[in-house]
Amino acid sequence: MYVAVKGGEAAIANAHALLADRRRGDRSVPALRLDQVVEQLGLAVDRAMGEGSLYDKELAALALLQARGDLIEAIFLVRAYRTTLPRFGYSQPIDTAAMLIERRISATFKDLPGGQMLGPTFDYTHRLLDPSIVGDDVAAPITREAEAEQAPRVTDLLGRQGLMEPDGETGPDHEVGDLTREPLDFPLNRDLRLQALARGDEGFLLALGYSTQRGYGRTHPFVGEIRIGEVEVEFDVPELGFAVSLGRVKVTECQMVNQFKGSAKVPPQFTRGYGLVFGQAERKAMAMSLVDRALRAREFGEDIVAPAQDEEFVISHSDNVQATGFVEHLKLPHYVDFQAELDLIRRMRAEHDAANLKEAAE
Amino acid sequence: MQTQTSLPDTDRKAALDVLAHAPAKALATLWDAWADKPQHSKVRGPEVGLVMLRGRAGGGGTPFNLGEATVSRASVRIVTGQVGHGYCLGRDLAKAEIIAVIDALWQRDAAPVESQIIQPLRTLATQADQQRREESAATRVDFFTMVRGDN
Repeated sequence: MYVAVKGGEAAIANAHALLADRRRGDRSVPALRLDQVVEQLGLAVDRAMGEGSLYDKELAALALLQARGDLIEAIFLVRAYRTTLPRFGYSQPIDTAAMLIERRISATFKDLPGGQMLGPTFDYTHRLLDPSIVGDDVAAPITREAEAEQAPRVTDLLGRQGLMEPDGETGPDHEVGDLTREPLDFPLNRDLRLQALARGDEGFLLALGYSTQRGYGRTHPFVGEIRIGEVEVEFDVPELGFAVSLGRVKVTECQMVNQFKGSAKVPPQFTRGYGLVFGQAERKAMAMSLVDRALRAREFGEDIVAPAQDEEFVISHSDNVQATGFVEHLKLPHYVDFQAELDLIRRMRAEHDAANLKEAAE
Repeated sequence: MQTQTSLPDTDRKAALDVLAHAPAKALATLWDAWADKPQHSKVRGPEVGLVMLRGRAGGGGTPFNLGEATVSRASVRIVTGQVGHGYCLGRDLAKAEIIAVIDALWQRDAAPVESQIIQPLRTLATQADQQRREESAATRVDFFTMVRGDN
């Protein structure tokens, strides 16, 4: 319980002025521009967009600057901003098979139609700090003739042979759940779970995904495919009577392929977990696909024995804005609560002392 | 639901797609070069709002809500009566309004809009995409199998 406490207005105002000063830092150092943040801290921007659940690079960059680089604070700012805007509607589902691919890899198939492209990856770097990156001098990337080749999703390739669980389409009457409109009501359908995971905290999902690998709800995963690139966003415009493209967004998709499931009716098939995240966010997309698969335990009749399989536990704690709100509220004045606790403990101690005295006297 | 579009609609959509995708600077430069800009009145906006982007489970399955994006839109009427609509990702009201005016012009007389604005933008986009494809292609892995020396 919090009570209104008076006083502190001047302290708060001055603290905010001090925050502004510290955020800006040494004035002899040039101030960062938003385009510098967008261009040079791109993956932080992508994370603020993904977990802020709002695709807008400049806004995410502004949030990062304002939050002094504190990602969760930036995500909070982005989430708060989105509540100020009207909703025009829902896009058509993006088609990741038609992506303009920047990176595409598979750990399950060497030879893929469309090939494997490493793209701008940290993989295979030596992880040695390199002071020479500070500065402007970077060579233009190397180019090679691009083959005009389709790059179908790997899961679709295996799916054609019946070895892979199909994507699973719900009927046209299925209303897509939206957790920004309706409070969550467990158990959830997979669409709502995926929405929650897509905006969930990367660290939390990473740890849960890791826990499944370490044996807490094992799923035997392989990366069927990771692809990063731009997809078209199509939106039905009522005044036009047809859908138009709004432009392109960058996304990361991870198809995790997991061990088999079959039944009397269906022969054994690989099962799958799915990750889809705004921007370039490979670790998050992988973690999301691991957790998505773990959370399908109920659907596959698996024993729910581990945290990553517990839908209510995972989804209720995956949102870092909610989590930080509740954890950080502890620092707000709880003077009355604590006063009550103090009274209680004094009384308990008095009773304890009295009982001891009585025992000694007997 | 997929709307059946007639052929001119397909062309109009193609033009609008190119405009939405155009970098704001390139669009503004081409629009600056357009000789007789029509007087226009605003029917709606320009305004910024959100569109909830959707993905599909597994890539092709059940749709789900991935997250929102900022979108700008504008509707305008040009002096000759045509109403144009502009939509694009981001918070660029000027761009949405220019797209709407160009859309109205396109309905009045598509040919000059196509040749002076849409075509150059399309060429630009194709070049940019090709550059990106070639940069990624250079990172393509050419697998080869080590042959074991038996002799």
